[in-house]
Amino acid sequence: MLAISKLGKHFGGLSVLEDVSFDVPAGGIFGLIGPNGAGKTTVFNLITGLLKPSAGNISFEGRDLAGLAPHSVTRLGIARTFQNIRIFKEMTLLENVMIGMHQHLAYGPVALFLNSPACRAAEAEARQRALELLSWVRLDHRAEMLADNLSYGDQRKLEFARALATKPRLLLLDEPVAGMNPAEKTVLMEEIRNICQRGFGVFLIEHDMRFVMGLCDRVAVLNFGRIIAEGSPDEIRNNPDVIEAYLGREDEGQAS
Amino acid sequence: MLSQQLLNALTLGSVYALFALGFTLVFGVLAVINLSHGAVFMVGSYAALFLVTRFEMPLWLALLAAMAVSGMLGLLIDVLILKPLRARNAPHLIPMIATIGVAITLSSSAQGIFGAEILRFPEGTIPAGEFIIGDVHVRAIEIGIVGIAFTLMAVLFLAIRRTQLGRALRAIAESPKAASLLGINVEGLFHGTSFVAAALGGAAGVLIGLDFNAITPLMGQPILHKGIAVIILGGMGDIRGALIAGMFLGFAEVMSKAYLSSQLGDAVAFGLLFLILLVRPSGMFGRVLERKA
Repeated sequence: MLAISKLGKHFGGLSVLEDVSFDVPAGGIFGLIGPNGAGKTTVFNLITGLLKPSAGNISFEGRDLAGLAPHSVTRLGIARTFQNIRIFKEMTLLENVMIGMHQHLAYGPVALFLNSPACRAAEAEARQRALELLSWVRLDHRAEMLADNLSYGDQRKLEFARALATKPRLLLLDEPVAGMNPAEKTVLMEEIRNICQRGFGVFLIEHDMRFVMGLCDRVAVLNFGRIIAEGSPDEIRNNPDVIEAYLGREDEGQAS
Repeated sequence: MLSQQLLNALTLGSVYALFALGFTLVFGVLAVINLSHGAVFMVGSYAALFLVTRFEMPLWLALLAAMAVSGMLGLLIDVLILKPLRARNAPHLIPMIATIGVAITLSSSAQGIFGAEILRFPEGTIPAGEFIIGDVHVRAIEIGIVGIAFTLMAVLFLAIRRTQLGRALRAIAESPKAASLLGINVEGLFHGTSFVAAALGGAAGVLIGLDFNAITPLMGQPILHKGIAVIILGGMGDIRGALIAGMFLGFAEVMSKAYLSSQLGDAVAFGLLFLILLVRPSGMFGRVLERKA
């Protein structure tokens, strides 16, 4: 579904990623793990068009993503969440989710000022759909609340719902449980499984090993900008390179 | 006497609010303090005057055309100057200084083309009708000014609050990066916002030109200062705040001119603003919003 081949990124003379290749299969949950500073978030920033690769290719369902602006990548069917949550705090939950529908709510300014029936119908339908997405993450009873008032874990769930509103086929989650307590982690793990079961592909990056191993179908390991292993969680767990590079050095719980 | 002054204040205040609205919109969405907004206002005024005198365009059509001209100018400023600066991640002061350059260029050009003297709309252009309600003389043009200013403000306010376009703008105001990753064409909306804000500024210029019937190349300067005061008082980026603070400034200015001293009008109005800011540093309704990249 998402094919990354020979991807490289350097900032000035500093090489962050080198010769990174892996495929994210359609369906299921794919995990990219690695110690802090391994370059995981850079991979996401390259996929979503926030950064331009220095070398290599990224293609999604056969389409080359090189040079596309972030909103164009989103419109092809890739959504993402951020490690440090970026919900719109001054807006209600419902409005947050409706922002995610922007590309699908494409009535022009003229229709908008005429308040045409088609435009009103689109609005009403979008509200319905937004409520449904909120109900997926069990936040629909707070639809009219300002997002700023949500707890940390609930803000993450809102971010999931908002990302799903773009109708992605692949959802990128950047350290979805960073800074969460164990109870919140359990809830979010459940939400991510639900999202996957509804037919969305999930690609997450994480350094919380237990979380990744319990959740992912396939895992790739990034260390110092290079892929050092790829396989099922069991294979990864027993890979000597991974044990040396990563598991040997427990750094769970650090914020990156 | 008092009710007559209230009417004057309402007229002036609604133009201030209209001017400040475009100013605060650009600040909210683009995070730029666009100091060329006063010059765009002046260009709107000259555009209407030119169309009325040279092509004998009816006033309402000249107003629309002047809005289109100033809107295009705003778009041009965004594409030619602000966009390259955005692309280079220029720190906040840089676009602000660049727009001072734009303002100077525009007012010098106006001076070169139209001369430095005060220009007026030709006799008979401005509707001369007058109504007498109680002891208040209401000029038809004043009704027009207040009506047009409030209509434009209401449309913008509803668009921002109630529509998807408005939601997208508010999303960009909070985080352009998150907005772009949700499928919003942020650059496109930056251009659109620049157009609309400048068109509103140009409309304010035409309305002031009609109210005082005096158009000069430097007329953008005092209103720019007032616009800055209004958006600080109303809360940076706050549309409702700009409306109320614009009205407040209009009232303070007219009332102090009428009842204290005609020379000290601006001094009293700005003194009041200063006092309010001492008590409420983030504006009348203000919460200071922090913006993430």
